[in-house]
Amino acid sequence: MSQEQILSSDGIPLEESLKKAERKNKLKAVLLVAPLFLFILIIYVFPIGDMLFRSVDDRMITKMLPKTFNAMEKWDGKDLPDEEVYKGLYDDLTYLKKNKTYGKIIARLNYEKSGFSSLIKKTVRKINKFEEGNYKEQFIKVHKRWGKNEYLVALKNTAPNWSYAKYLKGMDRKFDQDRNIIQVEEDRRIHKILWLRTLNVAFWVTIFCFVLAYPISHLLATLPMKYSNLLMICVLLPFWTSLLVRTSSWMVLLQQQGPINDLIVWIGLAADDNRPELMYNVIGTFVAMTQILLPFMVLPLYSVMKTISPSLMRAGKSLGGTPLVSFVKIYFPLTIPGIGAGCLLVFILAIGYYITPALVGGASGSLISNTIAYHMKSSLDWAFASALGTMLLVGVLAIYWVYNKLVGIDNIKLG
Amino acid sequence: MANDHFVRFENVDKSYDGKQLVVKGLDLDIAEGEFVTMLGPSGSGKTTCLMMLAGFETPTNGQIYLDNKVISDIPPHKRGIGMVFQNYALFPHMTVYENLAFPLRVRKIPKDEADKKVDKALSMVSLQGFESRMPMQLSGGQQQRVAVARSLVFDPQLVLMDEPLGALDKNLRESMQYEIKHIHESIGVTVVYVTHDQTEALTMSNRIAVFNDGKVQQLSSPDELYERPVNSFVAEFIGENNTFAGEVMDSSGDQCKVKLNSGTEILANPIVAKAKGEKTTVSLRPERAIIDPETAMDNNHKGKIEEVIYHGDHTRLRLDLLGNKEFILKVPNSSNRMDIKEGRQINIGWNSVDCRALDPK
Repeated sequence: MSQEQILSSDGIPLEESLKKAERKNKLKAVLLVAPLFLFILIIYVFPIGDMLFRSVDDRMITKMLPKTFNAMEKWDGKDLPDEEVYKGLYDDLTYLKKNKTYGKIIARLNYEKSGFSSLIKKTVRKINKFEEGNYKEQFIKVHKRWGKNEYLVALKNTAPNWSYAKYLKGMDRKFDQDRNIIQVEEDRRIHKILWLRTLNVAFWVTIFCFVLAYPISHLLATLPMKYSNLLMICVLLPFWTSLLVRTSSWMVLLQQQGPINDLIVWIGLAADDNRPELMYNVIGTFVAMTQILLPFMVLPLYSVMKTISPSLMRAGKSLGGTPLVSFVKIYFPLTIPGIGAGCLLVFILAIGYYITPALVGGASGSLISNTIAYHMKSSLDWAFASALGTMLLVGVLAIYWVYNKLVGIDNIKLG
Repeated sequence: MANDHFVRFENVDKSYDGKQLVVKGLDLDIAEGEFVTMLGPSGSGKTTCLMMLAGFETPTNGQIYLDNKVISDIPPHKRGIGMVFQNYALFPHMTVYENLAFPLRVRKIPKDEADKKVDKALSMVSLQGFESRMPMQLSGGQQQRVAVARSLVFDPQLVLMDEPLGALDKNLRESMQYEIKHIHESIGVTVVYVTHDQTEALTMSNRIAVFNDGKVQQLSSPDELYERPVNSFVAEFIGENNTFAGEVMDSSGDQCKVKLNSGTEILANPIVAKAKGEKTTVSLRPERAIIDPETAMDNNHKGKIEEVIYHGDHTRLRLDLLGNKEFILKVPNSSNRMDIKEGRQINIGWNSVDCRALDPK
């Protein structure tokens, strides 16, 4: 028995008229969400995608030496390649010289193996004098490195479009000429130190923030309204001040002739001619970052503590728990969601903090983010900066994952 | 022998801001094993008294004794007083079992003994089998029972209850009232109960302390409180009450003549207002006035029915009687009911004993 189609009062099938009525609402909803969606796409998804892409993108050199790499495909790398490869190299370099673009490959090749810089420069200078045929001999004549297998292997290693060499560099590792991953020379292992320092700073800043924020948040949540409002303003005041201003004020306070040092000397903790250095080292980073990130710990803690009824502590006491026992068994466990949220927030912010360590950290207090900035602005090695950024991102996601396993993300309470 | 001064407030004052007294010179004795309710409107100081007893507030002046010991210097966790809070205050991160075991664990009671006590307390509120539930998984009534069980599990001598039934619906509240009363009767613990609900106070208590304005207005058994209020506040606050304002004209022994503002004179029972010329408010319970009395009573007057309100088991009449347009009468809805209609004149009679001349409002 077929079911009779239900019609709305104007004779149109009910389903259709419902769709029609809903369409307008759906469209409205989409329009409302669209700007935000675009915003997230533009400022979040695209940049991160671009960063991931750049960190492994190695197509520049592939495009510039197409004939060389084409000829090298058949070469096994054991003996010197045959004439065909040198012919390709001659064609590519001639073309690059004509367009004056060979400078780009020098940096890339020199990174792969030092010595390429002079090799390419010298070769390009003399390439006009090359005669047709027997290129292999002529190349070796120009520079004997063209007759050494290791340079040609290094050249071949740059052929693939994609490379994770930047990630290895971020971990103080590199490929040797046989494509084995090895550690870089002892005196060049700077990134490991930076990573450890970044984690160390982020960890301790989180701990300091927690220790300072817990009592403040508790006060905020329990004081009468008129006092707690004032205290809240004090907590939020830094939010309304520019980050740069706050960091610079720390520079004023912490400098060697600054008020804090004056106080230390006045109390007699240090001699006037031997003032402690509070800035341009890790101390300055700790102090300034703790102060700046404190509100991010206070707010989640406060919002959780606000929901804990004061009668719970009273109940604990009336049932015979000492204030300490009541705190440990009742109050503290109930604040764990806030602690989790605050610590995660502060840790993640601290791990990628840039301005403050850049200004007050000095050399011994600079973090991985400062290195990223350096490669963005000074060395212009964007691929490496992207790789470091991606590693940072993966690290944060890993922390997030661990936290989810330990505490559970659902337990986070931001308000 | 039971201690008549088990809990004793002696001239206790309490002020929060140094300008206003919330509790004024309070004297109160509670006997061991008694169920005493502190009843009063909000802001009358009853909860403050309870909090001072529990140790969460300190008296500004005066002393509180528990079992003849001054307790001002004893912190709350050493007083050994069980307490049921208004919003139950169950620990949300602990199971029912852990909630009940908390007071036992902090007292370092061995686990097998604690298990027995928890089991006993849960059976008292008929919640066996709920040990592993979280408070959030329980209904309001069940949470309430857990809170009661938790306050009793460590065998305190005294249990305080701060409006524990306030959040429950009417039916549940009534059944919980009986349940708490029965628990009190079966284990003989002293209970101090705070509420603003007079029916609750009347059903449950041995004695009720009516609070107003920081003072105990009257402390007596429920029937005494209802039948023989000592002042107009108590008369107004407990149950329904019809009042007439007037002036004492003549007083002799257990009767006095009161001239009402409408000019009529009635016979009343002199309680507070005794001397001639004193202003007074005369109080009369609705059920003490009788329609068309067969025998003559001390007072007989005619009133006009202004409004008839049907209440199921009884009908309420609002009369215009002796200048009081809010005079309430209750008529049981039995089969031989009279012809009651709005606008009719009826005869009302009452005895002078039931008509108490109290302080003027």
